[in-house]
Amino acid sequence: MNEIINLVKVANLKKHFLTDSGKRGGKQQMLKAVDDISFNVFKGETLGLVGESGCGKTTLGRTVIRLYEPSNGQIFFDGIDISHLSEKELRPLRRRMQMIFQDPYASLNARMTVGDIIGEPLDIHQLARGKQRRERIEELLTRVGLDSEHINRYPHEFSGGQRQRIGIARALAVNPEFVVCDEPISALDVSIQAQVINLLEELQQELGLTYLFIAHDLAMVRHISHRVGVMYLGQLVEIAASEELYRNPVHPYTQLLLSAIPIPDPDAAGKADTIPAGEIPSPVDPPSGCRFRTRCRYARDICSEISPPLVDFAPGHQVACHRAGEF
Amino acid sequence: MLPIDQSISPERFAPLRVEEKENNILVRPGISYWQDVWRRFKENKLAMLGLFTIIAITLLAIFGPLLSPYSYSQQFMDFQGVGPCRQFWFGTDTLGRDVLVRVLYGARISLAVGFVASFINLVVGVIYGGIAGLAGGRVDAVMMRIVDIFYSIPLVLTVILLMVLMGPGLKSIFIALGLVYWVDMARIVRAQVLSLKEQDFIMAARAMGADTRRILFRHLLPNCMGPIIVTVTMCIPAAIFTEAFLSFIGLGVSAPAASWGMLTSDAVAGIRSYPHMLFFPAIAIAVTMLAFNFLGDGLRDALDPQLRK
Repeated sequence: MNEIINLVKVANLKKHFLTDSGKRGGKQQMLKAVDDISFNVFKGETLGLVGESGCGKTTLGRTVIRLYEPSNGQIFFDGIDISHLSEKELRPLRRRMQMIFQDPYASLNARMTVGDIIGEPLDIHQLARGKQRRERIEELLTRVGLDSEHINRYPHEFSGGQRQRIGIARALAVNPEFVVCDEPISALDVSIQAQVINLLEELQQELGLTYLFIAHDLAMVRHISHRVGVMYLGQLVEIAASEELYRNPVHPYTQLLLSAIPIPDPDAAGKADTIPAGEIPSPVDPPSGCRFRTRCRYARDICSEISPPLVDFAPGHQVACHRAGEF
Repeated sequence: MLPIDQSISPERFAPLRVEEKENNILVRPGISYWQDVWRRFKENKLAMLGLFTIIAITLLAIFGPLLSPYSYSQQFMDFQGVGPCRQFWFGTDTLGRDVLVRVLYGARISLAVGFVASFINLVVGVIYGGIAGLAGGRVDAVMMRIVDIFYSIPLVLTVILLMVLMGPGLKSIFIALGLVYWVDMARIVRAQVLSLKEQDFIMAARAMGADTRRILFRHLLPNCMGPIIVTVTMCIPAAIFTEAFLSFIGLGVSAPAASWGMLTSDAVAGIRSYPHMLFFPAIAIAVTMLAFNFLGDGLRDALDPQLRK
C-alpha cells in the first residue's frame, strides 16, 4: 500500500429492522442492527471487523454491498454513492463487489452443478459463453485449488472446505475489486481454516483484492487484517491498524475482547481479565449514552448521558470512549 | 504385566505429509440429485407397482379402444345386459354396448381430467405461490387471504357451483377443477419459497446481480421440486375422483361419451340385475386411485433428503 486510495467510504450508515411484533400491527419497534457507523476501506487492504455475535457485523457487511437497503447514511464505492441506487443501476457495480459467505452448505444451490454455480455470475453479466465460459470456470476451479474435472459435480459431493473454495471461485468469477468475507472460516475445521485463509491471502496479493473481513476469531483477524474495527451493539467503538490495536487497545471493550483470546500458556491463562458481566443488551432498546456502559467497569455519569463520538486518539487510531487513554 | 516398550522413535510422531491435492480427489462417480432420487424410488416395491400400473392404464386408455372391434357408442340390440362372456369380456350394458370398450374409453376421459387439472394446478399454483412467497409483506398477505377464501369454501361445492354455471361437459370440468385445485399447490410452494429465500445461496445470487425472475426460476423453484411433484401426483387422483363424483350426480360429460363416474352412475340403477356393469368401472377407479397414491407416497419418500441413507 504505497498510495492510499479510498475504495469504500461508509458515512453515518444506519440499518434498522422492524421487529416481528411491529409487522403484525403490534407496537412498532426498531432493531438497530447498524447504528451510525462511518469508516473507510482502502484499496488493496484487509479491514477486519470483529465483535460478539449479534453486534451487527453481518448486517453491516451486507448493507455495504447493498444486499440490504440502508435505512440512513451513505455508502460510496469508488466515489459513487450507491446507497440509493436501484437494483438495475447497481447491476454493473455488482461485478466489482462480491461476497463470500459463512456457511458453505447453505450458500451453494444444491440443485446446480459446480460449473453452473461458478458460471452463473458470468451468465448474468454476459462475460463469457460456450467454450470460453467453460475455460474460465475450469481456470477458476484450478485457481482456488480444486480439480477442473469437478465442473459437473454437485455441491453435496464436496467437503466444507472444498465448498468454501467453490464459493470463493464464484465470488472471483467476475473479477471483483472488493470482497466482503462474512466469517468465511468459522464453519470450517481448524486445519481447513488455515488453508482457506492462505488462499484468500494469495488471491489478494495476486489479484489486488480489497477485503472487508468479518470474523470473531481475534487471532485470525490479527493475522489477515491490515486494520481492524471493533463493533459493539451496532456501533464501531475502535478502529486502528492491526498491530496498534492489539498492542495498545484503548476502548475498554477492545481490552476485554483481547483479554479473552486464549493464551497457550497455563501460567498466563489464569491472569486474563474476566469476561464482561451480563448479556449484550438488546439492540431494540440499547442503553442511553455509551452503549457499553452497562458492562463497563470504568463507566461514569457522562457515559449514560452522551454517546461518545468516534474521534482520533492517535494517527490512524480512532476510539469512541469518553475516558479514552485514562486506563 | 507386560513391559511397556517406551522406545518409540520420535520420527514416528512426525505429522503425515498429505498433499492438498490428494484431499481434493473425488472417488465416487458423480451422481445428480435426480439419479439419487431414482435409486431410492426403485427400492420401493409398492411405488414401482403404482408406476407400472399407471403406465399400463395410460397405454390401455390410448390404444385400448383402437384394438377393440367395437366402438364405445355401438349398440348390439341382441345382447342387452349380457354378463361377461367370450364375445364381450366385461359384458354389455342395458343398451347393448360393450362395457370393456366403454371402460377403456372412460379411462381416456378420467385420465385426461386428472392430467389437465393437475397441469393447470401446477402452473397456476407454482407461479402464484412463488410470487406470494418471494414478494412477501403486503402482497403476500393479500394473495394468501384470497387463497384462504377459496379454501374456506368446500372445494367440491365450488366445483359444483361452477359446473352449474358453465353447464356440463368436459371443458367445464377442466376449468372448474383447474380454478379450484391450485390453492393447495400455492400454499405449499409459498411455504417452501418463504423458507428458502432467506438462505445464503439466494443472498449470493442477489450479490451477483441476479434479477427476481432468475432467482425464482433458477434457484427457488428447482429447490421446491420435491413437494411440487408429490402434490401434483396426489392431485391427479383427487381430480379423477371429483370428476367421477360430478359425473355420478349428473354434472359430468354427456352421453354417449363415458367417464368412469358416468359408467358407475348408469350402473347403480341396475345394481341387482347387472352387477358387472358397476363392478368393472368401480374396479378401474379403485385401481387407479391406489396406483397414484402409492406413486405419490413413494415419490415423497424418495424425494425427502431426510430419509437418505
